[in-house]
Amino acid sequence: MNSRLVNSRLVGTIRRRVIAVTGLAALLSMSLAATPAAAQASGTLRIITWADYVPADVAAQFTKETGIKVEVALSNNEEMISKLRATRGAGFDLAQPSQDRIAGPQQEFGIYKPIDLAKVRTERIQPDLLATVRRNATVGGKLYALPYVWGAEGLVVNTKRTKINDYLDLCRPDLKGRTSVRLRRPTLMAFAFAMGKDPFALYGNRPAYTALMEQVGAKLISCKANFRFFFDNRDQLLNGMRSGELHAAMMWDSGGWRLNRENPDIQFIAPKSGALGWLDTYALPARGKNEAAAYAWINFTLRPDIAARIAKSIGNFSAAKDADKLTDPVLRAQFAASFPDGFKSVRWYPAIPPGLEEIEGRILDRVKAAQ
Amino acid sequence: MAETRARVSHYLLLWLLLAPALLWLFGLIVMPHLDLALLSFRERVGPGEYAFGLAQYRTFFGEPLYWDVFVRTALISLVATALTLLLAFPIAWTIAKLTRGRLSALLFAVCLIPFWVSETVRTLGWMILLRETGVLPGLLVTLGLTEAPIEMLYHDATILVGLVYTSLLFMVVPLYGSLESLDDSLIEAAYDLGGNGLTVLRTVVIPHALPGITAGCIVVFMLTLGNYLTASLLGGKNSLWFTEQIYTQFITRFNWEQGAAFGFLLLALSSAMVWLGLRLSGQRFSDVMSRT
Repeated sequence: MNSRLVNSRLVGTIRRRVIAVTGLAALLSMSLAATPAAAQASGTLRIITWADYVPADVAAQFTKETGIKVEVALSNNEEMISKLRATRGAGFDLAQPSQDRIAGPQQEFGIYKPIDLAKVRTERIQPDLLATVRRNATVGGKLYALPYVWGAEGLVVNTKRTKINDYLDLCRPDLKGRTSVRLRRPTLMAFAFAMGKDPFALYGNRPAYTALMEQVGAKLISCKANFRFFFDNRDQLLNGMRSGELHAAMMWDSGGWRLNRENPDIQFIAPKSGALGWLDTYALPARGKNEAAAYAWINFTLRPDIAARIAKSIGNFSAAKDADKLTDPVLRAQFAASFPDGFKSVRWYPAIPPGLEEIEGRILDRVKAAQ
Repeated sequence: MAETRARVSHYLLLWLLLAPALLWLFGLIVMPHLDLALLSFRERVGPGEYAFGLAQYRTFFGEPLYWDVFVRTALISLVATALTLLLAFPIAWTIAKLTRGRLSALLFAVCLIPFWVSETVRTLGWMILLRETGVLPGLLVTLGLTEAPIEMLYHDATILVGLVYTSLLFMVVPLYGSLESLDDSLIEAAYDLGGNGLTVLRTVVIPHALPGITAGCIVVFMLTLGNYLTASLLGGKNSLWFTEQIYTQFITRFNWEQGAAFGFLLLALSSAMVWLGLRLSGQRFSDVMSRT
């Protein structure tokens, strides 16, 4: 290559970099100067949450009523925790992990700050859900989360193609290559229950828990030919069910009900061994800048009319009182069909003690590696 | 006196020009790696408590699974590099020797166009083409070649297709550079002296293009070894790519220590492979790098 050309290009690159660095420095000093002013209930609220959890129209109404802009980053439990861990709790003003994922990461990494209940309209929250979160998300006598949305994980099935009623049916020979699960901990829990064991009871007993997880891992490995793929995100599974490539899968209720609205043959069912109940929360990152805006958002979204709109967007149920009266009638009918005895048979996740996920991780890796 | 001053200012200017690049290198590559190195020698003893130890590296050697994935990633990357070379050589030859002016520029553009869209979109494109209900299996059924649509995704071969496609350009460019500088009269002379196509290729073209070939292979090997998206999307339930393991350890397992150790093992692997490749092809690192 022509060396003069290389030189001029190099100089060009260097020049660009110098400009970039200077620009970065200028930006940095500007943002540092702006920090103290952002503490009032104005400015921007940065939320890290799941898809659909902050509907655009609700965010727009919030901005109109309070003047606070809402910025949303979409994520999942593990990524939320990892991102907050990387910054030691900075970068976001509100996070929405599941209630069983609060206490462990808080003890381990200290990424949240306690909720000041005096600033929250707690009378708007359903008392039993608040009690569940209190039980699982309290560390050192302080509460680190409030309930937001709840639902359950079970089975979606295309009733035109097959009939199943428990997780282990996904391993039936006639469904070879036609089912899917996530390679994540809920799958381990679900299969353990379907095998007649109670993993939650063994949370405190590491050796017994390890042994149980090894059994579950062996089961999943023997079942691997049945799984077409391990799905990573909702749309991957929805597309698999819609296209008919999948006949049945383990999934959460809102995804199943969404499919059901498009195609009545696809149903969400509570498995015989019990659906697994999840509850996502509001949590405050330890170094969030705009705490006032976060509390304003929490109180705003607990209003029954707003909560009902959010529930409709997510396709699940709100933890706010009276929101269920305003819930979409289609959703209520779907709920009644999927859970004939209400939520009685649902198993709620207890808080995960630190270290358990390492055991589960090794098992999940083995399942993935098995041929 | 004046001469020394000029010398000093010359050096000063040189360092000043280099400063952004050095800052870049130190701040974004050396520092994070030092941090990762420290992290990889830590082990967790209790909530938020850590001690120095080799547990992370012991896990890697103790659990055959990680070792298998490691070897598998290296082997598939090697195969992908070889395939890319085989595919890119005729392309580069055509652009450099058989076409002139506009046509050669057009061919280059054709190689480049796929890179105008992001890697995610390109990979999703492959998924639309190859999935059971996708374009290609449907076409095979229409043509009567298969009775029912077959699933073409989630095989090792699919990963290879994706990887070769993604890295083709990075092989074509250095190959083109080294082939273009080959004087046509040398090839004619070789034919005049009684050589056939194969001997000319073996004794004239390849020796001349070797720095370009080595450069292309190193770049493509590094790219495939570090690839995350193609392997995880196209590979499905059996993808097992080492970078995927690193991601999983960092993000879903919260086990940064293990992830850091894996990262270092991958760095060691790619350095060893590059060294080996240079040794085998008899090239010098500086020569090869000036070709990329």
